[in-house]
Amino acid sequence: MGIEIFYFLIFPGFLFSVIIGGLLSWVDRKITARVQFRQGPPFFQPLYDVVKLFSKETIIPANGSVLTFLIFPVIALFGASISAVYILLPLFGIQSGFTGDIIVIIYLLNIPSLSYIIASLASGNPLASVGASREVKLILSYELPFILVLISIITRAGMTINFWEIIAFQQANGAFIGSISGVIAFITILMCIQAKLGLIPFDMAEGEGEICDGIAIEFSGTILALIKITKYIMLFILPAFVVGLFFAGFNFSGIGIVWSILKLFLIILLITLIRNTNPRVRIKQAMRFFWIWMNLFAIISIVLANFGL
Amino acid sequence: MGFKEKCFKKSLWLFHLSAGSCNNCDIEILDCLTPKYDVERFGMKLVGSVRHADVLLVTGIVTHKTKPRVLEVYQQATKPIVVVAIGACPCTGGIFTSGYNFAGPLDKVIPVDLYIPGCPPKPEAMLAGIVKLLEKI
Repeated sequence: MGIEIFYFLIFPGFLFSVIIGGLLSWVDRKITARVQFRQGPPFFQPLYDVVKLFSKETIIPANGSVLTFLIFPVIALFGASISAVYILLPLFGIQSGFTGDIIVIIYLLNIPSLSYIIASLASGNPLASVGASREVKLILSYELPFILVLISIITRAGMTINFWEIIAFQQANGAFIGSISGVIAFITILMCIQAKLGLIPFDMAEGEGEICDGIAIEFSGTILALIKITKYIMLFILPAFVVGLFFAGFNFSGIGIVWSILKLFLIILLITLIRNTNPRVRIKQAMRFFWIWMNLFAIISIVLANFGL
Repeated sequence: MGFKEKCFKKSLWLFHLSAGSCNNCDIEILDCLTPKYDVERFGMKLVGSVRHADVLLVTGIVTHKTKPRVLEVYQQATKPIVVVAIGACPCTGGIFTSGYNFAGPLDKVIPVDLYIPGCPPKPEAMLAGIVKLLEKI
């Protein structure tokens, strides 16, 4: 019992992923600044932001549902922490997980987005409801290609639905990124995590210019800090999940540590460069992009994976 | 100085409110975010909603039409909030002091922490003003 609470609260779960996620968000902002020939924020900027938000006033909207508005950011944080535990335990080789944990991870990764939607609808603000409806459409768009990519991975790994066995299969037979189906699936899942993290070009749910931060418009103070922390965790665990699925996971012996960190930074670099070189698309364009092109890519990847390519 | 105050100083999020300006000061504010001045060095960034803001940048004369709006936006903001009057118009009224639609300088409507005069003030002047304010609080 004690060790599970330790897993959840300290090492692979809440505290560890918040710290690494905050670090990665600083890396993301620094790369953005360097791309635009700027200096960028100082190293402890994520810490300053979160502590400042915790010390500010929290306003509860007058004509909203108070309990729903207050409780769902906490549920989002719990969902992100639990998925961090399920993803990082097999990835660090602490526990081997159980059969079917990939399916559990798919469900748990949806909890933060769904919680944002419910919390912002509970605030009773029309702009927040516009943002929430856009987020729902975005979930409908990216969820199918995400699952199809996982089916492609499962096919390649010999029909196993255990995250630990997928990583072990890659460590024995070479990483999936080295094959044609792997490359196609990697492009697809990169777009899907871009949309899952709500970054440009798929940040229409919180467009600052048009709908004033949309889904986050009524969040303030402590609630906003909880949402920031959830976003930090997601920024760490989604690239870590991709590293596990495509790059044979982490390896902590000798020089392997450097390679593990470089793999994680490669994914963050790709996400940041996509974010910096694209405009925000409309929701219709995003749906067409995912439903036609990304699904097509994912299905081609499944077919190739069936032939063992 | 405690850790909380240090964090507050290091991550000021700006919200930009135009109370009937000629858009000149607004353009100069946006200049502060460009690579040459780069206020993200100090942890500042523009946010879209006043609920997230720590600094309220007000430009333009406060007219009879915008006075209730300015008050409402100030009440919607989360406290503590720093109000900055940018340009000659919100500081004193400038050349519009005797205008028929002038509803008084900004400090008659909401409490103001920092005045940056100029028509428009240079980005350097804004940065210098913010630095002086941070030394004070």
